[in-house]
Amino acid sequence: MRGNVVIAGIGHTAFGKLPGRGTISLNIEACRNALADAGIEKDAVDALLVKPPTSNPQFMYGQTLAEAMGLQPRVGGAWDQGGAANISLISFAAMAIEHGQCDIALVCYADNPRTGSRHAYEKAWGDDAAFGWFGVPAGYAMLARRHMEQFGTASDQLGAIAVAVRKHGAANPKAQLRKPITLGQYRESPWVIDPLRRDDCCLVSDGAAAVVLMSRERAKQLGVRKAVPILGFGQGQTSWEVAQRHDLTSTAAEVSGATALKMAGLAPKDIDVAQIYDCFTITVLMTLEAYGFARKGEGGPFCEGGRLEIGGALPVNTSGGLLSETGMPGLQLVIEGVRQMRGEAELQVPNAQTCVVSNQGGIMHTHSTLILGQWQ
Amino acid sequence: MTTTEDEIAPAFPAPQPNEASTPYWRALDEGRLTFQRCTSCGNAWLPPRTECPKCLATRWQWETALGRAKLVSWVVYHHGYHPYFESRLPYNVAVVELDEGPRLMSNVVEADGGLRLEMPLELIIQRESGVALPRFKPV
Repeated sequence: MRGNVVIAGIGHTAFGKLPGRGTISLNIEACRNALADAGIEKDAVDALLVKPPTSNPQFMYGQTLAEAMGLQPRVGGAWDQGGAANISLISFAAMAIEHGQCDIALVCYADNPRTGSRHAYEKAWGDDAAFGWFGVPAGYAMLARRHMEQFGTASDQLGAIAVAVRKHGAANPKAQLRKPITLGQYRESPWVIDPLRRDDCCLVSDGAAAVVLMSRERAKQLGVRKAVPILGFGQGQTSWEVAQRHDLTSTAAEVSGATALKMAGLAPKDIDVAQIYDCFTITVLMTLEAYGFARKGEGGPFCEGGRLEIGGALPVNTSGGLLSETGMPGLQLVIEGVRQMRGEAELQVPNAQTCVVSNQGGIMHTHSTLILGQWQ
Repeated sequence: MTTTEDEIAPAFPAPQPNEASTPYWRALDEGRLTFQRCTSCGNAWLPPRTECPKCLATRWQWETALGRAKLVSWVVYHHGYHPYFESRLPYNVAVVELDEGPRLMSNVVEADGGLRLEMPLELIIQRESGVALPRFKPV
């Protein structure tokens, strides 16, 4: 089914502080914008798939949203997979479209932890709270320490990722944080949980994003402007808690990436631009290794020397990612991938033909991969 | 401790023993770190569960760890996520692997010489607000 399903529309809200806005309202705004971008009437939508809000999970959230949008979709609901759910829902929608289960699908996500509750990101991890084990950053710090001690990965190499992504975000007028940093400023950034500094950690943001999917043929019939074909997708679930993993520096992102690349018939060398889930800098480094851009343990040197910056060999997170554009987990990376493939990105990679996008959740518990290409 | 201090002291986030973990916490209270071993496939694990995560069998037994372990990874908190721990910043949390195989979260104490990967550790059970916790110190 390589290339048979396209992303026909993208939409999002403003990113940052959106006080007083509930997630249903944010989702509707993003969906309205995505439908307008695709040139599609709401009533043509017969699939509505939503990642539940991380900070406030609710029973039957997909149905609550469908009612608020006046829809009775054939295919609908929510999928709990943390940040990986966005691409997993896109891949499910693509398969449903391919097999005649639906015609036009909306995939969306909204959350408001910035002005609402951040509890989901700071809570205890079960009985291990007795040891002071709290918060999402700690899990990533645990993986980062192992990577640094085992392979010699340096703090400056994580810093190079932050420098690259913040540089890209600074060029994006819609980014929440438009403040580039130098490696020197990174080094002075305070520890949150050693070995992670404040500038290794993503933003906390209110916002929403949505995409419209349909078959390639349908997009042709409807005269959709610059539809972007999906060349490949995959998933891999590490699932186990950090302490229970036999190898802290390997995750099922390897399975996810390999599945997507195989479906697309591509190798890492064929990828022109990458949107890599950057909840923390170490996540980018480990995902690039898992996808085969760098060998295991060599992600640190790979990220140095401006390689990830616009003009480098593999520009990453060209609109600023979670570190700079919005901490809203994941769907904005897909949207930037679409902009790059349309040739309409703020920081456009010249002649980019292929883009890989990663989504993941938990402490690298879940992972999904999407590969986008060119309309031909 | 006076009543006033009781009221203002942040509460210790104590473990909440359940059906599977009650024997684990009771053994710690008696001075033993225990883990489960499957009587069908021999797999050993923590944290406590009702089924073997390898072969799904429901027959397993508790074994007492000898207390030798190694350091898998660690972090150092510089930000307090819970008021109880704010006064002890910076503090470490570590992933520790017992010689018998199971891994657990813990703290490494008495580590004035610093921490390094795979360093040998030994069990030291310490009480925190009356709860016996399995911690480790360098050998």
